[in-house]
Amino acid sequence: MNASILPAALTGAEPAPAPQQDFLLAVEGLTVSFDGFKAVNDVSFYVDPDEIRVIIGPNGAGKTTVLDLICGRTKASAGSIKYKGQELTKLSESAIVQAGVGRKFQTPSIYDDLTVFENLEISFPRGRSVFGALTFKRDAEVRDRIEEIASLIFLKDRLRERAEFLSHGQKQWLEIGMLLIQDPELLMLDEPVAGMSVGERIKTAELLNQIIKGRSVLVIEHDMKFVEDIAHRVTVLHQGKVLSEGSMERVQSDPRVIEVYLGH
Amino acid sequence: MTNPVQTLSKSLTVNDNPFMKPVEWLSLLLLAGVILVVLPLALDAFRLNLVGKYLTYAFVALGLVICWGYAGILSLGQGVFFGLGGYCMAMYLKLEASSVENTKIQSTPGIPDFMDWNQITALPWFWTPFKSLPLTLLLVIAVPVAFAFIISVAMFKRRVGGTYFAIITQAIAAILTILIVGQQGFTGGINGITDLRTLNGWDIRTDHAKFILYFVNGGLLIGCILLAQYVKKSKLGRILVAMRDKEDRVRFSGYSVAGFKVFAFCLAAAFAAIGGAMFTLQVGFMSPSFVGIVPSIEMVIYAAVGGRLSLFGAVWGTLLVNFAKTSFSESFPDLWLFGLGALFIAVVLAFPNGLAGIWREHIEPRLTRRAKSLRPPEPIAVPRGVPHGAPAE
Amino acid sequence: MFGDYSIGDLSSIFVMQGFAGLILFSVYVLMALGLAIIFGQMGVINMAHGEFMILGAYVTYLCSSFFQSHLPSLFPIYFFVAMGLAFLASGAMGMLVEWGLIRHLYKRPLDTLLATWGLSLILQQAYRSIFGPREVGVELPSWMMGSVQVTDTIEVQINGLFVMGVTIVITLGVAALIFYSRFGQQIRAVMSNRTMAGAVGIDTERVDRLTFGLGCGIAGIAGSAFTMIGSTGPTSGQLYIVDTFLIVVFGGAASLLGTIASAFSISQTQSTLEFFLSGSMAKVLTLLAVVAILMLRPQGLFTLKVRR
Repeated sequence: MNASILPAALTGAEPAPAPQQDFLLAVEGLTVSFDGFKAVNDVSFYVDPDEIRVIIGPNGAGKTTVLDLICGRTKASAGSIKYKGQELTKLSESAIVQAGVGRKFQTPSIYDDLTVFENLEISFPRGRSVFGALTFKRDAEVRDRIEEIASLIFLKDRLRERAEFLSHGQKQWLEIGMLLIQDPELLMLDEPVAGMSVGERIKTAELLNQIIKGRSVLVIEHDMKFVEDIAHRVTVLHQGKVLSEGSMERVQSDPRVIEVYLGH
Repeated sequence: MTNPVQTLSKSLTVNDNPFMKPVEWLSLLLLAGVILVVLPLALDAFRLNLVGKYLTYAFVALGLVICWGYAGILSLGQGVFFGLGGYCMAMYLKLEASSVENTKIQSTPGIPDFMDWNQITALPWFWTPFKSLPLTLLLVIAVPVAFAFIISVAMFKRRVGGTYFAIITQAIAAILTILIVGQQGFTGGINGITDLRTLNGWDIRTDHAKFILYFVNGGLLIGCILLAQYVKKSKLGRILVAMRDKEDRVRFSGYSVAGFKVFAFCLAAAFAAIGGAMFTLQVGFMSPSFVGIVPSIEMVIYAAVGGRLSLFGAVWGTLLVNFAKTSFSESFPDLWLFGLGALFIAVVLAFPNGLAGIWREHIEPRLTRRAKSLRPPEPIAVPRGVPHGAPAE
Repeated sequence: MFGDYSIGDLSSIFVMQGFAGLILFSVYVLMALGLAIIFGQMGVINMAHGEFMILGAYVTYLCSSFFQSHLPSLFPIYFFVAMGLAFLASGAMGMLVEWGLIRHLYKRPLDTLLATWGLSLILQQAYRSIFGPREVGVELPSWMMGSVQVTDTIEVQINGLFVMGVTIVITLGVAALIFYSRFGQQIRAVMSNRTMAGAVGIDTERVDRLTFGLGCGIAGIAGSAFTMIGSTGPTSGQLYIVDTFLIVVFGGAASLLGTIASAFSISQTQSTLEFFLSGSMAKVLTLLAVVAILMLRPQGLFTLKVRR
């Protein structure tokens, strides 16, 4: 890969695995092919602790697939994903979550048949084994945490309602709340403001600004205004490859990026 | 603004997730009353034994509520587990009935009669554990559960589910039936294991024994309902519902989905096995006609009629369908299959949540409307089943 | 177990068993084709598929009686008429069932399974009420009886050859229909993207109904062909349903080629094993092997890796 896109921490360091300890997430040479078509082709990037990284790119660039690969939903054909030095490509989805990676889906993915309270409770990081779930007690710690999160996501007075009856925006918030209660160190959000009203969008940006403290966030977003507001660094994907990477201004001035994405 | 929030948080601190809601206690009381008091008083020995036989199917239906209704795993092979449990029990009883003294006219005394007819001269190795009653009681559960575990781990670890799983379980039911029928010498063939007499010296053929077995069966059934209720009320129960809805989301909340499915399937298998063993004890034989495709899928309709999400409904559904079957096949044998077929279609098209759904949608609202002035309504959401009359594509 | 046979005998036996396997293969392919279209293309499980097949068999039986008593001069060719009628009868009933039942359940595949099982019970009882509980057989025209002597020790039955011929023609016809006709194009379009197909003006409901009818019609032909080698009873369909489902699943649900390959391997395994073991053990071992392979490789023999 082009050395210039590597963060300064790696330049000058030896190509041994040791320096990767500095990154929260190190993706290297990641490739996946579906029946010969390479949806993600030799992608490498590095996310620092507490960094907010936004992935942009035109439709079909492989953004969602990259998230799928990191959280184990899709298995990589080649390459490595190291999270705090631990190889994720070999782990199951649930083990990846337990390691501290949380993922929000593009369309709100919540449990319609359960109440808001129960939705949050299921995401509470305790009693995740079969036996643990059988003996799980809804104690004060669980209740307090759920209420705390519920007020953060503007749903405190709707805890007893079935999640099915929430609005689209509220469902998105609920899913963000479900992630928060897991308290992941790496939070991955797939288009968190898509399909929201203007009011909901502002509230969501506010919510995201609160919750990103103390963790790394990997966001896919199309809304450029939103990206400018939150991104520390931006990675541009195009046809499964990294096209450009760096600060928002730098990416915006990259002629290749302008040509394929921002220009129209 | 502050007032409702305050009352809400207050209500959250009291026990908002009781083991059973008042209406569920009432349902349990009603069911236990009918099974353990009303029916024994009202029916003669023959009819009561018949009800006891039906109730053994209710174990299967109960398991299907957890496995199919809650976890969304439709098994068309529950007869396999019912049969395995029943066969384990029958093998013990058969060995006891085949004492050297009872079988002295055989060319090899001391082995079951059908083995002797098939020129087998020594007891096969897999029959020997069934000489011991404690071991038999263990194997009644352990064999079906182990079998269910192997099947479900193999399938669910590879993310196989839905209709595909249903077909595989059906194939297994077919295979086991062919195997039992084909291996006459070891299994008693198409006739099954018959002529069972005593359980550890206690003659199970008398009316008195059947009366006692009926209560044992009823007690076990109530016990299984309570166990299922515990599972349903635990976080595991809610995870099953969540999984049926959005399997991926559960996975990305850090749960190993396969493990929970395996648990639900094995629990259903254990219930079915208890039912099978109680069937053998009460009816006095076990045959491959309870293992195959047809009985397996019929047991699904019991759960469907009662309501696939209702534990009590499963028992009522089983009783109802079997009463209908008995009375129809006595008077109009031709009509029964038409009726059963129509029942399958009607339950799926018009009443996807069965009797429990009818109760919840039509009768309960009226009752609560009357009681509303007395008590505040129950706020906890009931997991929804199948949308009523889902629109066509 | 080989000791009693000479090499020549053995090879003849293998050829004869292979031929028996080929007849089984033909019936399997005919039954599985219809099911593969319905399950593979529409994702619907039709538990009454066997009963649609039996409908074709009964239509053939009625034709045979009718030609015998009213048109004896045309009797030698009644099979061709019967097959056409069987296709139409089963196909028409299939479309009726799709309209009345299946279309309400496209989003609930497990419930489709239960509803079509109910349908199969009703059909079985209807056959029993109309045609009686006993199995019926058809009268074969004289040209279809007897066998062809290939060598001194190898002979093949003409009716078997005829069933194979029918299978080849039907299979090629279905392949041509799916891959080269406008209707086939529409089926594939609806199956790969229903919304889009609807948006470009394809009547998706009509395509569903015709696809289901086509699958059932082919089952009718299978039933018609089946009468040439065996007799038919009200519950004959149920005997084959598990085998047929396994064939479709084993082949990889979306692949016609896979269906044929899996029908071939299953039928050959079974008929070869049948020579060495009892019929029931041969079946048990074959089905067990299929289930075991499916547990290790649930996607079946032929599949593409696609993004989920």
